[in-house]
Amino acid sequence: MTKAEKPGRARAGKQSGGQTTRRADASVDAAAPAASGETAVESVDPVESADGGSGVGETAPARERAARLAVRKTYKLYIGGAFPRSESGRSYAVASSRGDFLANASRASRKDARDAVTAARKAFGGWSGATAYNRGQILYRVAEMLEGRRAQFTAELAEAGTKRAGEVVDAAVDRLVWYAGWSDKIAAVAGSTNPVAGPYFNVSSPEPTGVVAVVAPDEPLLGLVSVIAPVIVTGNTCVVIASERAPLPSITLAEVLATSDLPGGVVNILTGSAAEIAPWLAAHMDVNALDLTGVTDEGLAVACEEAAAENLKRVFRPAATDWSADPGTRRLTAFLETKTVWHPTGV
Amino acid sequence: MTTSLTDVATSNVTLRSFLHGLPGVDRVGADQRAAMLGTRSIKTTAKAQAIDLAIGMVDLTTLEGADTPGKVRAMCAKAVHPDPADPSVPKVAAVCVYPDMVAGAAAALKGSGVKVASVATAFPSGRSSLDVKIADTAFAVAAGADEIDMVIDRGAFLAGDYLKVFEEIVAIKAACGTAHLKVILETGELSTYDNVRRASWLAMLAGGDFIKTSTGKVQPAATLPVTLIMLEAVRDFLAVTGRKVGVKPAGGIKTTKDAIKMLVLVNETVGDGWLSPDWFRLGASSVLNDLLMQRQKMATGRYAGPDYFTLD
Repeated sequence: MTKAEKPGRARAGKQSGGQTTRRADASVDAAAPAASGETAVESVDPVESADGGSGVGETAPARERAARLAVRKTYKLYIGGAFPRSESGRSYAVASSRGDFLANASRASRKDARDAVTAARKAFGGWSGATAYNRGQILYRVAEMLEGRRAQFTAELAEAGTKRAGEVVDAAVDRLVWYAGWSDKIAAVAGSTNPVAGPYFNVSSPEPTGVVAVVAPDEPLLGLVSVIAPVIVTGNTCVVIASERAPLPSITLAEVLATSDLPGGVVNILTGSAAEIAPWLAAHMDVNALDLTGVTDEGLAVACEEAAAENLKRVFRPAATDWSADPGTRRLTAFLETKTVWHPTGV
Repeated sequence: MTTSLTDVATSNVTLRSFLHGLPGVDRVGADQRAAMLGTRSIKTTAKAQAIDLAIGMVDLTTLEGADTPGKVRAMCAKAVHPDPADPSVPKVAAVCVYPDMVAGAAAALKGSGVKVASVATAFPSGRSSLDVKIADTAFAVAAGADEIDMVIDRGAFLAGDYLKVFEEIVAIKAACGTAHLKVILETGELSTYDNVRRASWLAMLAGGDFIKTSTGKVQPAATLPVTLIMLEAVRDFLAVTGRKVGVKPAGGIKTTKDAIKMLVLVNETVGDGWLSPDWFRLGASSVLNDLLMQRQKMATGRYAGPDYFTLD
């Protein structure tokens, strides 16, 4: 092979890859919502969909594949860069939007939440100490990895009943890229040099709050990415309670995070009941902030806010959010502290 | 065991034949039993009791080249009131410092009931002459140490010169006067469980009031199986001689869970006769904050954070 041939071959490979993925979501978008899950699963690469297969309404290619034993994916938690089962040993069945059985997900306990906080605290020093440039690069890398698994996410989201799943995955990738760009710019927006009445040079710079407990919204990928990215891009670490209804994409996202140079413990994802775990995280004295975006139950939200008051956690509880809209910097600045330095200017 | 123990230490030969005549340790069995006892679940009121007992057994330790008088004073204050915000927390058993820090610690702890322990004998390596080790011990005792933590000569032990190790312990015991003597075996350097059993017996025969696992400077330190073997040794020693000896695991005990596992081990191996600071100690520094955090969690119902406890 000559040198001139190599790039050409690479391009050709890329193009055919692009076509494959385009075919996959074209079929998803074109399909009726009720059958969208099936269509998506059929049209993606068999390797990618090996975890699915409810056995209901299997198509011809699926029956051919049934000759070999299906390798079912086990969905576990994501704590400290590893994928442990819940220490409680509990799990719960996750159903697709059509009511078919998809997989068992771990039902995290408060002990898992505590372990996750420990992991997040351990990771905080390194992550907050990394340069903004480095954090941005890692978020770009997460976006790249997510892009590489488009088909899998499209299929999983379709199973969870997300309309236009392909577009949602695109939006999630774009959202990550958008937040990655903010990593080295937020200091210019949230920080300042302050005019003061004295011979001082006075500078305010934003610093991460610490460990943030996040209750993710019931928006399996885009909502999840939209709450995680702004928290970690500024140097915080987080413990996330994923959507209880559709937890599978969140654990697949954890696989993406685990292969993106993101240090273990920066993001910890728990699947299970927010009503069960959130109050413990809200009361935890080693958690510095609380994002109640995904809490729909007013009583639970109030209880969490009250528990969070004990160590003056920052609490972020936005009104209903349109995840497809431009997010703005609100989520970035919600978990930042301002450090002001007075520097004598005497020369 | 039918041997009379009075003339065991007359020569290296008798000492060796006695120590090598001790039954061998089943390594797999010891590991397995320790692991099994480590799975015991201690909850609610039992856990609260265990935490308070463990706090009362802690030998709060600082053994760094960077120790300053101020740091020792601060640690002594913490030993008396582990949690200043909660007077119901028991005080720890002792503080453990280097000999030159003993005077300051003794002054800070005067009348508090917390004892002052000092490491001595060319700690942690023990590589010096017997005269130096005795002088080291005498210096610490004169400065006001209630307890001396000595290290055995691991080099002599591993070379089979048991009598040298024995006589050294006897000489240090004599230099201690009224102070209690804890004998550190440094199990991480003894390489086999059989050696741990032999060293335990050797230290007890020579008159040690406590046997202690490690200096904390060598890994592995106080593992559960090693502590189990030492507890079995003190149990058997009591049965044979009628003299009761204490045990102190030290090093690597970092969490409340580790501490409670140790207590379970004591209760299941030698019974609750050893479940007091007079007979069982935990050599540690970081474990105290974890015990306090667990205690606070049990009191308030919310997980505690390290931000609200002193840095040591």
